[in-house]
Amino acid sequence: MVELVVVSGKGGTGKTSITGALAALAENKVLCDADVDAADLHLLLGPTVRERHEFRAGHKAVIDPTKCTLCGECLEVCKFNAVSETFAIDELTCEGCGVCVHFCPAGAIDFPESVCGEWLRSDTRFGPMIHARLGIAEENSGKLVTLIRKEARKLAEETGAQWIITDGPPGIGCPVIASIGGASAILAVAEPTVSGKHDLKRIVELAAHFRVPTLVCVNKADIYPEAAREIEVFAEEKGCVFVGRIPFDNAFTEAQVKGETIVEYKDGPGKKAISKLWEEVEKQVH
Amino acid sequence: MVLTIASGKGGTGKTTVAVNLAVALQDRGVQLLDCDVEEPNAHLFMKPDIRETVSVTTEVPKIDAGLCNYCGKCRDICQFNAIAILPTAALVFPELCHSCGGCFRVCPEHATLPSARVLGEMEKGRRGPVEFVHGRLRVGEAMAPPLIRKIRGESARDRLTIIDAPPGTSCPVVAAMKGSDFIALVTEPTPFGLNDLELAVGAVRKLALPMGVVINRSDLGDDRVHKWLAEENIPLLLEIPFDRKAAEGYARGELLAEVLPAWKDMMLTLHGRIMEEMERQA
Repeated sequence: MVELVVVSGKGGTGKTSITGALAALAENKVLCDADVDAADLHLLLGPTVRERHEFRAGHKAVIDPTKCTLCGECLEVCKFNAVSETFAIDELTCEGCGVCVHFCPAGAIDFPESVCGEWLRSDTRFGPMIHARLGIAEENSGKLVTLIRKEARKLAEETGAQWIITDGPPGIGCPVIASIGGASAILAVAEPTVSGKHDLKRIVELAAHFRVPTLVCVNKADIYPEAAREIEVFAEEKGCVFVGRIPFDNAFTEAQVKGETIVEYKDGPGKKAISKLWEEVEKQVH
Repeated sequence: MVLTIASGKGGTGKTTVAVNLAVALQDRGVQLLDCDVEEPNAHLFMKPDIRETVSVTTEVPKIDAGLCNYCGKCRDICQFNAIAILPTAALVFPELCHSCGGCFRVCPEHATLPSARVLGEMEKGRRGPVEFVHGRLRVGEAMAPPLIRKIRGESARDRLTIIDAPPGTSCPVVAAMKGSDFIALVTEPTPFGLNDLELAVGAVRKLALPMGVVINRSDLGDDRVHKWLAEENIPLLLEIPFDRKAAEGYARGELLAEVLPAWKDMMLTLHGRIMEEMERQA
């Protein structure tokens, strides 16, 4: 089984449109959306939800005003300034460390487990899908990513799937680290801009740090062909496999508006390039 | 005043709006803080003259084996599994530590000693009259919020502070938005743009901050974002039509407000609309 995680460093380079297209092209696969804090893959794949599971992780401190003696110990020990002068805890600032709970002499602070979101097992026209929804402004996105990747692997084993194709989050922080560790390979989608080049370098460094093999492609390659070439050279210098260029094609946006992948929507330069890219990926990773 | 430029979806034009707004308003005294510490990009356009680089660390414990009696109190208070106690050894996993300080407080033997984990670096500089600060998360470091809070701490009270926020809706975004006076959300009129805008609006509402929306590439996609904003009564601050010249200038790292006069005007209009909306929503 091969787990391919599509990432980009920079947001908005076309990760999800490309993941959707690969979902249509690959055979015998499980799909996974690991961009849990702004998931979009479902908008292309239209999943029918089969199972919903609560995602609980971490705790939040809550002061019981009937027991609180206003002694100020919690204010003193909280390193995150989450306790107000009126002895209420701001749930968005609380880190869930429990230090105030431990030190409150009146035992006035509760520490309930938080429900941070949910994860779903669904069916799509391209096969089963594991996805999730992190609650707005919630923490623990890394843990949720780890959980859904585990579920996707379990499902792939059950169904004898050959591929797990995962849409990853942007950036290089906690949810990205959780998305790529132990994957068979990442496919980094770069855009040919100064920002795109800069951000690609950081995701390639991160993948090297965790020893994950890296494939690189350039999306909207014709917007700035010199930069597209530089990315290709950079990828090869770093020991990544360059798997192709995709031209700017408005059909990606048109397909998205229709809730389809470009593979279903329209023949044209975008579809042609991505089909070629998939052939290359299949050759490189198995 | 602290103005944060955010978005749920990445790549909608946050950085473009932040840097061009800063440049268009530079004569009024502006500070630009790039809080997208995972993938900072504002410097690629501002090309600031960096005058100071500081390493940003967070406090983590180190256990003195000579003093430790393996009682396990530090392990028990740690919610993040950053400490393991074996019969004759105490192990710290610094990368899991959230720096809550609990282990230092509970240790009866004073065996937990302060040590530091590098989160990344903060760089400060200028581009002409614009003061510039950004952070760069160390590759391999998972926790962006403490570095973001450090960059946020550089905001000065006496001028306009523009914050370029990271994408998404979880803790790094909250760290960047918290304490702002106004949030401008940048989106694009596509299904992904709308879905992620709804999430971003949810986050801003949780923080109870005044906000408005900029629609970038406003003539592509469909009209669902416009309709949703009207239904939700969220003010539209500015629409930026797709312009191939602007896209190419952006690709090369140009400051559009300096090379395309229409962009400077758009940014001044945006600033005017933000001031109006702040007053109206106050």
